[in-house]
Amino acid sequence: MDDLLAARSQMAISLMFHIIFAVVGIATPFMMFISEALWLKTGNPIYLALTKRWAKGTAIFFAVGAVSGTVLSFELGLLWPQFMEWAGAIIGMPFSLEGFAFFTEAIFLGLYLYAWNRIPPLAHLFAGLMVAVSGAASAVFVVTANAWMNTPRGFEMSQGRPVNIDPIAAMLNPAAFPEVLHMLLASYAAVGLAVAGIHSFVLLRHPNDRFHRAALSIALLVGGPAVLLQPISGDISARMVARTQPVKLAAMEGQFRTEAGAPLRIGGWPDPEKRETRWAIEIPKGLSLLAYHDPNAVVRGLDDFDPALHPPVKIVHVAFQVMVACGMLMAAVVLAAGILVIRRKGLPENRRLLQALVLVSPLGLVAIQAGWFVTEVGRQPWIIQGVMFTRDAVTPMPGLIVPMTVITLIYLLLGVVVLILLKQQVLLTTPSKAVNQEGTQDA
Amino acid sequence: MLELSCAVIIAVALNVYLLLGGADYGGGVWDLLATGTRKERQRRLIERSIGPIWEANHVWLIAAIVFLFTAFPPAFSRIMTFLHLPLLLMLLGIVFRGSAFAFRSYEARVDFRRRWGTVFAAASLLTPVLLGTVIGAIAWGRVDGELTSAAVFLTCWLGVFPLSVGVYALAMVAFLAATYLTVEAEEEDLQEDFRRRALLSALFLGFMAAWVLGVASFQAPEILEDLTRTRWSWALHAVTAASALGAMAALWRRHFHLARALAALQVSLIVWGWAFSQYPHLVKPDLTLYEAAAPAVTLRLLLIILAVGSLILAPSLYYLFRVFGKIGGPGAPAKNGT
Repeated sequence: MDDLLAARSQMAISLMFHIIFAVVGIATPFMMFISEALWLKTGNPIYLALTKRWAKGTAIFFAVGAVSGTVLSFELGLLWPQFMEWAGAIIGMPFSLEGFAFFTEAIFLGLYLYAWNRIPPLAHLFAGLMVAVSGAASAVFVVTANAWMNTPRGFEMSQGRPVNIDPIAAMLNPAAFPEVLHMLLASYAAVGLAVAGIHSFVLLRHPNDRFHRAALSIALLVGGPAVLLQPISGDISARMVARTQPVKLAAMEGQFRTEAGAPLRIGGWPDPEKRETRWAIEIPKGLSLLAYHDPNAVVRGLDDFDPALHPPVKIVHVAFQVMVACGMLMAAVVLAAGILVIRRKGLPENRRLLQALVLVSPLGLVAIQAGWFVTEVGRQPWIIQGVMFTRDAVTPMPGLIVPMTVITLIYLLLGVVVLILLKQQVLLTTPSKAVNQEGTQDA
Repeated sequence: MLELSCAVIIAVALNVYLLLGGADYGGGVWDLLATGTRKERQRRLIERSIGPIWEANHVWLIAAIVFLFTAFPPAFSRIMTFLHLPLLLMLLGIVFRGSAFAFRSYEARVDFRRRWGTVFAAASLLTPVLLGTVIGAIAWGRVDGELTSAAVFLTCWLGVFPLSVGVYALAMVAFLAATYLTVEAEEEDLQEDFRRRALLSALFLGFMAAWVLGVASFQAPEILEDLTRTRWSWALHAVTAASALGAMAALWRRHFHLARALAALQVSLIVWGWAFSQYPHLVKPDLTLYEAAAPAVTLRLLLIILAVGSLILAPSLYYLFRVFGKIGGPGAPAKNGT
């Protein structure tokens, strides 16, 4: 493995690890806020126990997320010093704002987790709200910085250096809004359905447990609407990519030739030798319709671009298919749940639905990973689209395979420990006992 | 002026990180060194005292890094390139300290708690040493932008001077933590335990200060020159020494609140003594803050963000520290005993 590939792998592994903890940090505070508000409104101790249980589970995620996020802020420089030297003045702004958001999150998280019986109930609820809002704000700023790498704005080039820098224009780049919207919805969708799946699993064994019924409702309330809104946000993103990064779109769709009325390919395996994507189900004119809202629009194929500037088309196409498939399956299950709710049928009585929720529960997180593969691998060979190659940004330090291996092993270890702790927290306590225990005990 | 303001803000962030985040590492060091019959009670006090605030305290480091790469991108790039290895090791320490602390807090099984408790304590010891080593290397002047051979990635930081600064930083955080814990201990026997530890680490800190100066005079005499450049630097060092002696006297006479304030003052003055000796360099020997600065528009925006952000941040931080009794009296009482 050469140094460039090692650096890219280390960055990918660090991001894949961190994003799981980041999305949990965005979505669970919102669920805890709803649950705690219900406790204050109804006085039903189940909601208090649920809030505390979720808080306990997510505290570990917050801690690991805080440190893995620190690793990333250093890795920007440790692995890509040329990129940071070039771009720091332009995109430092969203990172600085993210720093403030994370600061606010950490302060109110400390209050939220440790001050249950030190501050008034409404102040505690407010702390929870602040954690939820600042967690979402962190995501907005960080994704804005990434969007700039895809659609760099806010500077002019002069002899290879940026001049006339405008950090505000850089933040308002065309990819920022679509990417931010897509990522926020993805966070609520993925975590909402993951949590719903966990509680469905317990409900399959204890169908009448009120604690887990309440948990399922709140998780679906947060995750369900996000799952159903995500296709709209996906459409906004796809049209932005078509406009600003046609090579990435061609790779996502496995579109080799430039054609009017291009078909939408579902599945399939791109064959760069033969310049075609085989075994896909093709919907005539579907891609032109989706990307440009015009069935006869011309979609530029990979052949239109210098082969040296093609991203790895197999990875990008397959990752995109995986992301969309996960989203569709989740939407189908949420629609079924929605129909049951409209017909006023209890969800937990329907074992089929609970089983389906368990099955789709990891898919949101899979979709997030796949989606970031599309965004990042789809931009290669560029680190800043059209401006700087990834290979020109990497550190000159030799032997990068060693740090890459060390980081990978450590994250594997931490991942396993978090899973063990989570399993004990959520699954092994019998439900009825949990309410009695946590209703009386301090956090 | 803009450049200098941004550099001062980075030094402030590092200073506060050392006072708050540093003391959390110091707590871990005293967890590692817990002895005697009150061992478990010492560890519980440390855990209780770090728990609610370590994540907020940790953000000061991230703030310093983010401000550095926004305001002075070439300096960030050079530090991250040359000091890759000590920074990577420091990151491993940060990762293990934070995760292990959280793992330990949320699990009741004794063997699990002991295992991750050891990881937490060992990482708390190593991280400040590496942070100090990085700062020592920046002052040492071998991070000079010349990549003559791959060995530079080792020789620019692996020397007696940077490593001595690493141990010096360890002495600072251990001293800060022990002094803070004398205030936070509610029982007198624990208070006495940490008073003894604070006094011992104050002596160790004094020894390390002399040692670092001694090493500098052999290995890097220009650092000594920079430290004593003007009459102002002599005045600064005199106040540092006075607060060091004052902190020890206050500990001796059991004025713990006063000792805590003087200890924080002493360590802050050490940081500023270093910062003034660096001026105008961000990275010695040749990268000044004026050469490395981002365009004025970026610096101005950064300062505006800082001003606006502080309006939210300052009251929130005050509230956090007030509720947990870190400042201004015993804090909000915990109902039905936490």
